[in-house]
Amino acid sequence: MALLDRHLGFVAALREAGLPVSLAEGLDAVHALAAIDLAERESLRAAYAATLVKRQASREAFDTLFDLWFPPVTGSPEEARERPAYGDPEVRRLRDELSRLLLDGDDDLLRAFARQAVGTYGRGSGGGAGESRWFSYQVLRTLSPETLMAGLLTAVLTERGGLDEKVARRTFTRRVERFERLVAEDVRRRIAEDGGAEKAARGAVRRPLDEVDFLRATRADLAAIRREIHPLARRLAARLAHRRRHGRRGRLDFRRTVRASLSTGGVPLTTHHRPPRPHKPELVVLCDASDSVSSFAHFTLLLTYALREQFARVRAFAFIDDLDEITRFFAPGADVVEAMTRMTREARLVWISGHSDYGRAFGVFEDRYADAVTPKTSLLILGDARSNYGSLNLETVERLAGRARHAYWLNPEPVRDWDTGDSAASAYGAVVPMRECRNLTQLADFVESLA
Amino acid sequence: MTLSSPADVRERLAAVDYLADDAIATTVYLAAALGKPLLVEGPAGVGKTELAKAVASITDARLVRLQCYEGLDEARALYEWNYKKQLLRIQAAGDQSWSATHDDIFSEEFLLERPLLTAIRRTDPTVLLIDEIDKADVEVEGLLLEVLSDFQVTIPELGTITAARRPIVVLTSNATRELSEALKRRCLYLHLDYPSPERERDIVRARVPGIDETLAARLAQVVAVLRELELKKPPSIAETVDWARTLLALGLDRLDGEAIAATLGVVLKHHSDQERARKEVVAGDAAAR
Repeated sequence: MALLDRHLGFVAALREAGLPVSLAEGLDAVHALAAIDLAERESLRAAYAATLVKRQASREAFDTLFDLWFPPVTGSPEEARERPAYGDPEVRRLRDELSRLLLDGDDDLLRAFARQAVGTYGRGSGGGAGESRWFSYQVLRTLSPETLMAGLLTAVLTERGGLDEKVARRTFTRRVERFERLVAEDVRRRIAEDGGAEKAARGAVRRPLDEVDFLRATRADLAAIRREIHPLARRLAARLAHRRRHGRRGRLDFRRTVRASLSTGGVPLTTHHRPPRPHKPELVVLCDASDSVSSFAHFTLLLTYALREQFARVRAFAFIDDLDEITRFFAPGADVVEAMTRMTREARLVWISGHSDYGRAFGVFEDRYADAVTPKTSLLILGDARSNYGSLNLETVERLAGRARHAYWLNPEPVRDWDTGDSAASAYGAVVPMRECRNLTQLADFVESLA
Repeated sequence: MTLSSPADVRERLAAVDYLADDAIATTVYLAAALGKPLLVEGPAGVGKTELAKAVASITDARLVRLQCYEGLDEARALYEWNYKKQLLRIQAAGDQSWSATHDDIFSEEFLLERPLLTAIRRTDPTVLLIDEIDKADVEVEGLLLEVLSDFQVTIPELGTITAARRPIVVLTSNATRELSEALKRRCLYLHLDYPSPERERDIVRARVPGIDETLAARLAQVVAVLRELELKKPPSIAETVDWARTLLALGLDRLDGEAIAATLGVVLKHHSDQERARKEVVAGDAAAR
């Protein structure tokens, strides 16, 4: 019975974390459990994953919860110790051992070491009487595994630099990350033992990548999101192509219809049509490149350029308090990362202050590039509409929007923050329809509706 | 041949040169044990189709393959009546009564089996591979639902045909589009990703006999570094194997900047990707020497 309760608790936790686990899938999982050897933990994990997780984006959340509900070991037999000062011989000994394990790369030994370290240095003081707490940062601060890199590289390389170093660096970075993950996992396990798995699960599960806010993403998240852009563009392109083919049919193709009718004795049973002429909008993108929202602008530009074939023409402009055309950095086949660095280095975006000034930027745009916006253009403005209390230049924006076929404003801030502080979201929103665009999912939805 | 445990699956797959990890072995075993279709998703060239072929060969089954493409329909996937032959039959009937002819032309003889029906009617062990399901239209998924959940097909003129022996079904997808919930619910799900350098080394050694162990290890590590650059198309396992074969054919026994620069075209097929790899990987190496 205990196994069934655990199973139900686990499934409930998965649903809580946002995985759509249906009743039928839960039953499948139970059938699967009956077919495997339950003592094999990795088999158990694979059985649950195969039956319950049908999207790779949910996999990380699944693994976190699985480790909480089906921990590899139980108990905290280690003797807790105060965190020693830097330079303590005990710390040096542990760091040497960790170094050796990282060189060696044996996962089981590394896991045992992480467990031991958490038991010894992870217990925090504080909290109520008799309540124990566990912290991974205490362990990581004591051992500081990331500072071992230099020693590790010297150990395997005869000379520094070049491909060999790259390969070695990659290997050790992965192993250090693995160690940090093992520490975090063991800390969560102990928290779960003290206060119940449900409690530990809360806050432990990170949101899937496509729901991470652009403005709150960490550097690692940003890198991961950037890697997602191309696959996403491919998916979008496939979907758009499919929609085009299956949407409205074109004019009757007389020749093909008659040709096909020959196989049915001259009776045209099926008609054939010419493919419809694709509607390809011209796109003009105006993006705020100031630090606060630049990551959002990057992703949107990357995505629009990855989907270049879907548009007749794309022109991009970036501004802070001055405005410059940045289309030239995105020549076909150009490297996107390169384009981004060149844009920040070469484009003239700053006039005086280096703070965004929407009013001035729109003014400059109308002066210099008024001909870019035509009745065929879709105008896309990217920014948080925070103009540092400067002028808004609403009439210009209204004129530009009026001249374009469509105009949209994407705002990376959540709706509840609009109009707070120096945000002029509603003022601009009144002349250009404004949409919240906080994460990859919303961005993908928008781009699909645009093309 | 029946599969007795995940470990058994793993051993047998290894015997046909498919190196499986725990997740692959367990999931394949469950697909066979529970009789549920297996949906394998992952980037191009990580061995999804190979897995289906390997499963067929370890179970001594015949592989029936349905390659999906845009515009695939019932007539290509399930069955079709042989119109031309039926027409001939009607013309040859002469003064035979219509009802006799009618019964005659909708019989076995005029039925053209397509992969799905073939797989269901076979009495010998069968592995049905539905390849690149994401390329097919959404309607095909609807068609598959009946086949995959009950293993039966309804032909109005002949009635419902139920599988004499359930085939092992493997569906593959490159995730170019999200498959429907209904289809996913009926399948076991396995995500295949690029392997760790250690596993990739073993794959290379299994697939390219005669390659030196250190060279294979080095190759796997270099490919792992390449995959971390922001490339349009990261190298697949198949391309790593090709690269190993190329090096072997050229008689190169070490992989340094020069060798990489000369053979980069085998793994990277976009100009901008090659430029990037040259800059990040090859140039640094030349400078270091």
